[in-house]
Amino acid sequence: MNLAYLDLRHQLRRFVATAFGLGLLFAIVLAMGGIYRGMVEDAVVLVERSGADLWLVQRGTRGPFAERSTVPAVLEDRARAVAGVAWAHPFSSFTLEPEHAGRSLRLTLVGLGWPDDRGASLGVTRGRALERSRGEIVVDASLGLALGETLTLGDDPYRVVGIGAGLVASGGDPLGFVTHADLERIQSYLAADARRALPPGDSDSAPSGAQAILVRVAPGTSVAAVRARFASFTDVDVYSQSDERSFLLEGVVDKARRQIGLFRALLALVSGIVVSLVVFNMTVAKTREIALLKLMGARTRLIVSMIVQQALLLSVLAYGVAFAASQVAFGLFPRRVVVGAEELAGVFVLAVGIALVASLAAVRRALQIPPTTILAG
Amino acid sequence: MLALRGERLDKTYGAGDNRVVALHDVTLGVEAGEVAALLGPSGSGKSTLLTTLGLLQLPDRGSVWLAGREVVVGGRALADLSALRRRQIGFVFQKANLVPFLSALENVMVAFEINGERGRVARRRALDLLGYLGLADRADHRPDELSGGQQQRVAIARALAMSPPLVLADEPTAALDGARSRDVMLLFRRIAHERGTAVVVVTHDHRVLDAFDTVHEMEDGVLAPPRAQGRPLTTPADPPPP
Repeated sequence: MNLAYLDLRHQLRRFVATAFGLGLLFAIVLAMGGIYRGMVEDAVVLVERSGADLWLVQRGTRGPFAERSTVPAVLEDRARAVAGVAWAHPFSSFTLEPEHAGRSLRLTLVGLGWPDDRGASLGVTRGRALERSRGEIVVDASLGLALGETLTLGDDPYRVVGIGAGLVASGGDPLGFVTHADLERIQSYLAADARRALPPGDSDSAPSGAQAILVRVAPGTSVAAVRARFASFTDVDVYSQSDERSFLLEGVVDKARRQIGLFRALLALVSGIVVSLVVFNMTVAKTREIALLKLMGARTRLIVSMIVQQALLLSVLAYGVAFAASQVAFGLFPRRVVVGAEELAGVFVLAVGIALVASLAAVRRALQIPPTTILAG
Repeated sequence: MLALRGERLDKTYGAGDNRVVALHDVTLGVEAGEVAALLGPSGSGKSTLLTTLGLLQLPDRGSVWLAGREVVVGGRALADLSALRRRQIGFVFQKANLVPFLSALENVMVAFEINGERGRVARRRALDLLGYLGLADRADHRPDELSGGQQQRVAIARALAMSPPLVLADEPTAALDGARSRDVMLLFRRIAHERGTAVVVVTHDHRVLDAFDTVHEMEDGVLAPPRAQGRPLTTPADPPPP
């Protein structure tokens, strides 16, 4: 006979309603973590799918993901000439909002180093990578474009030949991939046109060259050795893929991480207070029953166990609601919410921890109830 | 054999002008199988004596023996009082104080649970007790589905769960009408005589005094010498105890 269970059975509706409400709080905690992880994954998509080992950026800068960077057009050829380099091609991106089918599309356009890079590493799920040097584009599915549809960028039409999933920029905008030459053409047109206000650092003025040169080291060659060779270039700085990844996370995601972290801490605190109040009130409501148990000589551990079990059950049930909500609702969020096993386990541990801490006040209260309370009429 | 003995018990509450002498040099003994009444007006110290003998509070001075064993001396516990209450004392109150979310059977099983007895054996023993008290057909009913007298009988079953040598009852008939009061008192008498349990009952109810073997009267914390009744009641024929 489990007293904790029997008590809850008695007030099942109220208990389930409370667990449901608390579950929604836990779901927000879970969502916050998922949104952060989604931001991280989105932020590094470009870096990780570029296939580059090294990034050559403007001297004194940390590259296009941290600040404005422009490298001379000839750097691409100079990089190719370095021993151990498999390929080198320019990298540029900017955000634009073209009109399409009566609506405004917002996307970040990235130039691929045709003909070496046709977007094979982008993970196209429908259609194909680029096959022509002009007039083709690969886009993220979230743009809602169909294969074969034509999109006007600048002054030219671009046919959608490939659609991928999870192709988003660090800011969450869907990505579009064209050849680098096409990108420069669109950029020049927009700069000349200057009718659109675009985010600073992108295409508010046309740079004279690429934002960076991506370098792939030949198989069997030491990346460190090639990097050392580039370090002797006086007009550029060289960073590894993991450096660029760090710059992205530090620059774009770090503040969001801290903000989300603070928000999650507050939510955890609120959840703790809610569980605490619920369990405390449930204990106060059982004052006479607890007094009776004590008068009958019940061991302290029986009473403590009853309270802690109820707190744990409340938290675990709430966690179940949060888990269900994550499976049903998170896919509907406008930005990607990535909830992995680690996140789920973390929130479960948090829920159990909250239950244990929250039951302390109730346990203290229960232990203070004198058994003679039951004699007081 | 004495099931319970309190010797030279003193208990005072408050200090200075607010000082109240609840017990003064009280000595009381109850034999196994004896049904004793504690009578007295409100504030005479009956409940203080009951809670002291029930090991719910310690006296300032004096000793308490349970089944021949000294468990409190000089206002100090010589044993784990909770454990003694658990196994050696059953309590019955003015209200039945049943746990509202448990059935009659589960209310009795609580006492077994507290003593670490679970499962089918506890269930069978609880059912036997309810049967003994004529409540077998009410085992699955919740307290709000039972009459006052039935609730009090469930409370008595709970008190008897561990077959304690001593049952202490604090005005167990106060909430019952005359006929039900008499039924409950007869039940105590039957329990005492059939099971050898010592029963001490605090009561105001003079209508049921003929149910007791001895009557102790208290006034201002002082216990008068016991009055033997010497007129045993006739109890209805009942099944043997489990």
